[in-house]
Amino acid sequence: MLEIKNLHASVGGKPILNGVDLAVAPGEVHAVMGPNGSGKSTLSYVLSGRDGYEVSDGSVLFKGGNLLDLDPEERAAAGLFLAFQYPVEIPGVTNMTFLKHALNGLKVQRGEEELDAMQFLKLVRQKAKALGMSDDMLKRAVNVGFSGGEKKRNEILQMAVLEPAFAVLDETDSGLDIDALKIVADGVNALRGPARSMLVITHYQRLLDYIVPDRVHVLAGGRIVTSGGKELALQLEDEGYGAFAARAA
Amino acid sequence: MAATAQTVAQVRDLGKYKHGWETEIEMETAPKGLNEDIVRFISARKDEPDWMLDWRLKAYRHWLTMEEPTWAMVDYPAIDFQDIYYYAAPKSTAGPKSLDEVDPELLRTYEKLGIPLKEQEVLAGVQGAPRVAVDAVFDSVSVATTFKKELESHGVIFCSISEALQNHPELVRKYLGTVVPYTDNFYATLNSAVFSDGSFVYIPPGVHCPMELSTYFRINAKDTGQFERTLIIADEGSYVSYLEGCTAPMRDENQLHAAVVELVTLKDAEIKYSTVQNWYPGDENGKGGIYNFVTKRGACRGDDSKIRWTQVETGSAITWKYPSCILQGDNSVGEFYSVAITNNAQQADTGTKMIHLGRNTRSRIISKGISAGRARNTYRGLVRMGPKAAEGRNFTQCDSLLIGDRCGAHTVPYIESRNRTAKVEHEATTSRIGEDQLFYCRQRGIGEEDAVALIVNGFCKEVLQELPMEFAVEAQKLVSISLEGSVG
Repeated sequence: MLEIKNLHASVGGKPILNGVDLAVAPGEVHAVMGPNGSGKSTLSYVLSGRDGYEVSDGSVLFKGGNLLDLDPEERAAAGLFLAFQYPVEIPGVTNMTFLKHALNGLKVQRGEEELDAMQFLKLVRQKAKALGMSDDMLKRAVNVGFSGGEKKRNEILQMAVLEPAFAVLDETDSGLDIDALKIVADGVNALRGPARSMLVITHYQRLLDYIVPDRVHVLAGGRIVTSGGKELALQLEDEGYGAFAARAA
Repeated sequence: MAATAQTVAQVRDLGKYKHGWETEIEMETAPKGLNEDIVRFISARKDEPDWMLDWRLKAYRHWLTMEEPTWAMVDYPAIDFQDIYYYAAPKSTAGPKSLDEVDPELLRTYEKLGIPLKEQEVLAGVQGAPRVAVDAVFDSVSVATTFKKELESHGVIFCSISEALQNHPELVRKYLGTVVPYTDNFYATLNSAVFSDGSFVYIPPGVHCPMELSTYFRINAKDTGQFERTLIIADEGSYVSYLEGCTAPMRDENQLHAAVVELVTLKDAEIKYSTVQNWYPGDENGKGGIYNFVTKRGACRGDDSKIRWTQVETGSAITWKYPSCILQGDNSVGEFYSVAITNNAQQADTGTKMIHLGRNTRSRIISKGISAGRARNTYRGLVRMGPKAAEGRNFTQCDSLLIGDRCGAHTVPYIESRNRTAKVEHEATTSRIGEDQLFYCRQRGIGEEDAVALIVNGFCKEVLQELPMEFAVEAQKLVSISLEGSVG
């Protein structure tokens, strides 16, 4: 599904990723762990095509095509979704309106028929209900005045509505208490399936108790330094990142 | 996304500006230039009473002593006032009795206007069409007025001001120039001397006007300055909502537009005046755009009366416009909701004046300015609390949004308080359209231009939701269209 080869990227002239290699097969959930400054968020922004993240070397194949050639909205249409670490507020635009623009934006790009207002309303209500979100939240402006937990849940709602083939979850656990974490993890798990892959970026092993990964990678110094099964996360939690960072250097 | 994307695509198909054509209707024009004879010609052409001609002449003579104001933050080449036609009227001014008598070319123009004017259906008499009465000003003379009969049954007078001068001269004489005197300012004084036509509305005591009243202005004759004059009077306990919208054909010469709108509310009356202004803004360098120098003012004469201005300004090369309220009656309320969008080389200097004279008068100002390209957007507002405005209250909020790094936004508030018990609040913000917001939208599959339209519509929401339904949808589309090409 996704194949990253020797990816080098810099921000403002400063190299952050120094040769990342990573492959995720359809239906797999991979976790990327690493200390602050290891390049985790940079990886998510490079994959989603944010301005200011310069790729200097390497390649990213997504469903067999060159992902790096596409604009952000084209990557979204190809099936890539990024759950933001810090979801952005858009004053005056309701969640409902935003979701409708997003879903129909994807459909237009894919040459599919847009949903009409009634079909859309039904779909969103159903998805929101499954995540325990009220109609009221759908009518509020995107992320404006939302608590940390609500914002993360809102990201998962968007993912549920847009049904991406590949989701990158960037520190979705940050700022969540244990109850909110469970709700978000349940939402994510409900979206797991043979055709959908995920890259779960996190600082802590805690999230992986709830979203159990197929593979765990440790990112340090802008490279994957170790990969393993889910037990690697526990090992990492015991030893700390120090040992791995040393190995990377 | 559907609506905005569609609209943007449509407009692209139609060329840069969709209302860029000229209707071929024979014009009767006075020669170019301005002198007393032209003023007399206009007045005679309209068969006006002597007092009206006298008033025009007084205005003209006063105008000769005045100079063009230069305090606004706008630049434009000097206007040669002798190089302008001051009168142009479609030939068939005898006054059509029904739409059948209206010049078919004119009806085709409405069609071409394309704005899915519900009013089109109204004009065509389609059953179940929304009840919006249209007094269409084609160039300078009103040629089609609908729904007159139903309005008449409520005692509402809605006609061109020329007709009002014939049929209700006492009302016109009583109120004309009482809110904007002929000495008011350079452009208003010019308008007083040469105004060609405009709308007149009178709502009798206790009447809630049964429909939205609407005028679509359209500048049409080459080199014809437009000098509309509108007068709306809401008598005691009455209510009216009035809509004004504009489009104009493309041309090379700059066109001057200097309208005057006067509103009067008596005790317990309310006027809502909404404008969507989409005049030709000129090409990317501002060439050929409309100069819009407008004086709009309302007087809350009676206690507990209310005037609300709502405007969406997306067009014109230069906008110079300050819809204002004079709060004379005790407990009277003035409101101003504005969205001003400038793109490319457009310049807007707009805002409001809230003059608190009566006790316990309240005003509210919500202004949203959006600049893109190399445009300049200035909010200029005055809040004045007079010595008798005890407990007067004002709240002002001015937000500016910048798109790109070559545009400018300025906020120039003037606050004068002569009463210790009055309270004036002013809040202002300036922000750049967020790269993070744009990226967030695009990551979700929303294309860049749609994302800008979505974010800007959200930014303007507080104002757009004040518009009547018929206008709100159109206004949202306009917001998208006017920012086309402002990113990327």
